[in-house]
Amino acid sequence: MALLQISEPDAPEAPRERRRAIGIDLGTTNSLVATVRNGIPVVLPDDHGRPLLPSIVRYGEDGVTVGHAAQALQARDPQNTIVSVKRLMGRGLSDLSDARRFPYRFIDDPGMVRIGTRAGPRSPVEVSADILRSLRHRAELALGGPVEGAVVTVPAYFDDAQRQATKDAARLAGLEVLRLLNEPTAAAIAYGLDNAAEGTYAVYDLGGGTFDISILRLSRGVFEVLATNGDSALGGDDFDHRVYCWIIEAAALPPLSPEDTRLLMVKAREAKENLTLHPAAPVVANLANGTKLDLTITAEGFTEITQNLIAKTLAPVKRALRDAKLQPSDITGVVMVGGATRMPQVQKAVGDFFGQPPLTNLNPDQVVALGAAIQADALVGNKAAGDEWLLLDVIPLSLGLETMGGLAEKIVPRNSTIPVTRAQEFTTFKNGQSAMSIHVVQGERERVADCRSLARFDLRGIPPMAAGAARIRVTFQVDADGLLSVSARELATGIESSVSVKPSYGLTDAEVARMLQDSFAHASDDMAARAWAEAVVEADQLVDATQSALAADGELLTSAERASIDAALAVVAQARAGTDHRALAVASAALNHATAEFAARRMDRSVAHALSGKRIDAVA
Amino acid sequence: MIDFSRNHFELFGLPARFRCDTAALDRAYRTLQTEVHPDRFAAAADSDRRVALQSSARVNEAYRALKDPVSRAQYLLALHGVDAMAETDTALSIDFLERQLERREAAADAVAARDARTLDAIATSVRAEIVDREAILADLIDGAGAYESARAAVRELRFLTKLAADLDDSLGELEDVA
Repeated sequence: MALLQISEPDAPEAPRERRRAIGIDLGTTNSLVATVRNGIPVVLPDDHGRPLLPSIVRYGEDGVTVGHAAQALQARDPQNTIVSVKRLMGRGLSDLSDARRFPYRFIDDPGMVRIGTRAGPRSPVEVSADILRSLRHRAELALGGPVEGAVVTVPAYFDDAQRQATKDAARLAGLEVLRLLNEPTAAAIAYGLDNAAEGTYAVYDLGGGTFDISILRLSRGVFEVLATNGDSALGGDDFDHRVYCWIIEAAALPPLSPEDTRLLMVKAREAKENLTLHPAAPVVANLANGTKLDLTITAEGFTEITQNLIAKTLAPVKRALRDAKLQPSDITGVVMVGGATRMPQVQKAVGDFFGQPPLTNLNPDQVVALGAAIQADALVGNKAAGDEWLLLDVIPLSLGLETMGGLAEKIVPRNSTIPVTRAQEFTTFKNGQSAMSIHVVQGERERVADCRSLARFDLRGIPPMAAGAARIRVTFQVDADGLLSVSARELATGIESSVSVKPSYGLTDAEVARMLQDSFAHASDDMAARAWAEAVVEADQLVDATQSALAADGELLTSAERASIDAALAVVAQARAGTDHRALAVASAALNHATAEFAARRMDRSVAHALSGKRIDAVA
Repeated sequence: MIDFSRNHFELFGLPARFRCDTAALDRAYRTLQTEVHPDRFAAAADSDRRVALQSSARVNEAYRALKDPVSRAQYLLALHGVDAMAETDTALSIDFLERQLERREAAADAVAARDARTLDAIATSVRAEIVDREAILADLIDGAGAYESARAAVRELRFLTKLAADLDDSLGELEDVA
């Protein structure tokens, strides 16, 4: 339909094409996707106008559903409807103190737990990839083409295994990951750029399943994280669970089926949300076991059963301030992030601690995705020269090695600015020792057993030397995503061994192969989605162009011609409401055909008009 | 890209002195990171991204080394061929050690008694002594160029800095429980 698009002969050139970049907040409870449009970050809603995608995936009889549709069936099919999968990322079964809370069939695999579903065993990486894929499709429909790059956010307190798992999930969902960005830092970008803020800010981010506190210095376009701390297994979910336990106790309920458990978890969440605005909330439910519940929970009662959860968030806040060498009174402002910060008693506790009311002028659900979109837009190169800013982030937990006696030797201390490279020399313990085993760990504790094991590898072929004579340099490198790679080198011989800390959570070769196969199977879905996205863009452009042409030059048509164009428009509208990309493409082609004669007449008129208004050399 | 052969001071365009204009250091650090940070090269070729990663890590390392007085002093001595922490020469004077041992014992007692005020008083006296050592180091390094003689003061400063950090941690833990 290029013929209908007649631009002014001396109109300015089309602006440089912007690259399609998105920011994704992959949350415990809800996920969002945002982009920057005309310089303004916006959340992309689904086709019902809903910005939040519940982070819920159902493996049903008839395939995979994600979001609201899965949420609606969670109480009926709890074992195949996966919620809060973020809590399982990069975690083994033994890491999950709260495993009993989930009604899933867990499979204990080395490194990372898997969940038995109707569709077979699924790793948290795969479940997260299903959520990310859904957001990618949403973005591609909205942006009219494939996404060229994505920034995906992670809790600042995520360790290396959790970050790596998140990056793998994004890759599995077909996303080009520009950067993993810490959630509180993303919020600070959105807040700071919007408010032209200067000073030292605390970002208190209480999400569905994770808690982060980051202290940042904002100064002339530089966002410098001074310290971060948190708890990667503490969030709004835990408040729901307290209410759930209160219901069980108050109603003296016997052990429940997975279905009733999930129903009560949903009721508990509703009650919690209700208490944000009301002094009391009803809890009414009909359980499958025949029990009819009718309880009321008061705001005071809720505060009482959750106060130690709030106290649990303040300990990391104090540690972060201590690491930043600051007092609460040094903080210019406190930015609240995450849906759980809507709870009045959280706002009060944070306000009391810092001696000032927290800043709540941002939507706590959206600010992380908006910041990620701003960062993605900058990283793909859409930013104009001049409005540049810089982000300096840190690693949340110390990285080190196991030394003699099971002790951890820290190589890169927590809160080091990334990227960072740090080397340390070690030596052999026995005469003639020919190999050295390198065990990489993360955490603040002295004993290796209390830290998280990230990777093990061997440096072999060390020439026979007396104990203590060999010099082995171990180099840690943490990139701008906060991901670690480690190499070891014997300095006399130059023998080298290295590992990117990838295999830590134990994806086996077979598992990787299966994931790839699965992704090929998904590829046909992906292609259909892409074909649909392209057909929609083409149809929308065509309809727009046709309607504006009709408005401008409608009098060039006979009423019969006009009727046939209107009929073709109606067919396009009908196909646009469906899902078949072929039907839409055929309807567009028909509209194109119906308007061909009209386009030719408009062209003639336009040429005549141009010639009448200009000197001949201006059109040559 | 940055010149990896230059020393930390040259990298930031600052004089190689112990007395450091920290505001100028902060400014130079940010200016350099603005040029070399990997975020500037996210859409560039692999080789450019690798160079950005190395350059940015180098700038972070230099900043870390110069920002902290102990590591700055150690680095200055190393530039003049003096290893302040050589394993063969780690002894501190008996007087100094005795005084610190007394302090540590007093601090342990204060922690056991949950006496934050005493702990705070000890921390304050340690901080005063840190300021004192820094003045001595400025004279020895920037004034006299007496790098060998500066070694003892560097080691004492390191000891005191570690002690101050431990005392702050203990204070924080007392407050956490309170």
